[in-house]
Amino acid sequence: MMRSIAVVGASLAGLNAALTLRNAGFTGRLVVFGDEPHMPYDRPPLSKEIARGEWGPDKIVLRREPVLDDVEWRLGVAATGLDAASRTLHFADGAEESFDGIVIATGATPRRLVGTEQAGVHVLRSLDDALALKRDLARPGARLAVVGGGFVGQEVAASARSLGIPVTMIEAVAPAAHVLGNEVGDLIADMHRRNGVDVRLAVAAEAFEGDGRLASVHLSDGSRVAADVAVLGIGVTPNTGWLEGSGLALDNGILCDETCLAAPGIVAAGDVARWPNHRFGELRRVEHWDNAVRQGAHAARRLLAASAEDVGPYTPIPWFWSDQYGLKIQVVGSTFGHDEVRIVESDTTSGRLLALYRRQDRLVAALGIANVGKVVRYRRLLDTDPLWKDSVASLEHNDAA
Amino acid sequence: MKFNVDWDLCDGNGVCVIEAPDLLDIDDDSNLVILAETFGADKLAQAEGAVRVCPKHALTIDRSAG
Repeated sequence: MMRSIAVVGASLAGLNAALTLRNAGFTGRLVVFGDEPHMPYDRPPLSKEIARGEWGPDKIVLRREPVLDDVEWRLGVAATGLDAASRTLHFADGAEESFDGIVIATGATPRRLVGTEQAGVHVLRSLDDALALKRDLARPGARLAVVGGGFVGQEVAASARSLGIPVTMIEAVAPAAHVLGNEVGDLIADMHRRNGVDVRLAVAAEAFEGDGRLASVHLSDGSRVAADVAVLGIGVTPNTGWLEGSGLALDNGILCDETCLAAPGIVAAGDVARWPNHRFGELRRVEHWDNAVRQGAHAARRLLAASAEDVGPYTPIPWFWSDQYGLKIQVVGSTFGHDEVRIVESDTTSGRLLALYRRQDRLVAALGIANVGKVVRYRRLLDTDPLWKDSVASLEHNDAA
Repeated sequence: MKFNVDWDLCDGNGVCVIEAPDLLDIDDDSNLVILAETFGADKLAQAEGAVRVCPKHALTIDRSAG
């Protein structure tokens, strides 16, 4: 019987875990701990409306559900340690406390490069990061270098272009190529070029030069990019440092079982959780908004369940979206380790794109740009674990109709 | 009960359509379509799922209606 539950991490996964605990009838003591001083807020607008200066921070505070009225919020204090056997948490202010159940949703931290600790060089994860970036983008004559072609970098590039700021994107292969494939990556690079981004591929940022403030970025091909603002979008590291010695298994995240259970009475969710998704036969973390919502809820139900069978394995079909230049990019399914990408539609005038991903004999993912209707159709098809040949056939049928 | 849609916020992500296939659909121009003006308690779980996954927080449920 659970009488007290701690949720460590006050962002989307933690919030959805807390909501689910209350909605499932947990009436005991519920404490949410967060290292940031803010109440839970939504991160997708950070690279867009917040960075562009269109919205203030009040606009992204997540809806306050009445069911969470009876929750203790302990914000601005980081968890620094855990003893998994006794479920005792330690905090930066010296406090320690034990709970019957713990949800860990501590997220991830953006990677930095050495030599980037200077004014003008940003990462983007938190509200405070976004406000600092907004201030720098508002400097007269700002010039932006985006280091890394992942989706955070892409969205910042698009936001800066809409403000009329010159942007250079620096990427080793092609944007998001390691997950979406080179062909799609090249099409995404073209989308940025059409919108005025100077896209430099097959190069790396080697040095960030400036006297107190960034002035230029030195690239591996010997060239220099003039920039007084840079954003590093080179991936994240799961926040597990505080769990060293806790007794939990850590390996690029908290290793969980198929139900999101990390240890007796301890579950994990969101960017920090690595679990086997049997639907796709892969052990991984998923850093998407949609996953934070769903995994937070699943982990909460697992914590309350008497047995694994009561709640079952967590086998989501990942869903990801990004808004850039007025176009919606969406990926449903898992492109991880794909064997083939088939570009089914590509219209450079409208930007519309549809790409399908095969792994072995199965359809595993679909990517759409400005193509929501088809993404929804393929999302439904993915529910059936479809054979590749049938997926392609159904597509030809649809196009003929 | 019925959905209240904040049409200024909705930008047709379509995530809700998967959660509530009896209540919502998306047309070829990525516009959300309300299939059922009102719905009963048997569809509440679908409706709540749709509210939860909307990335724009554009959906709420009006429990007094219908």
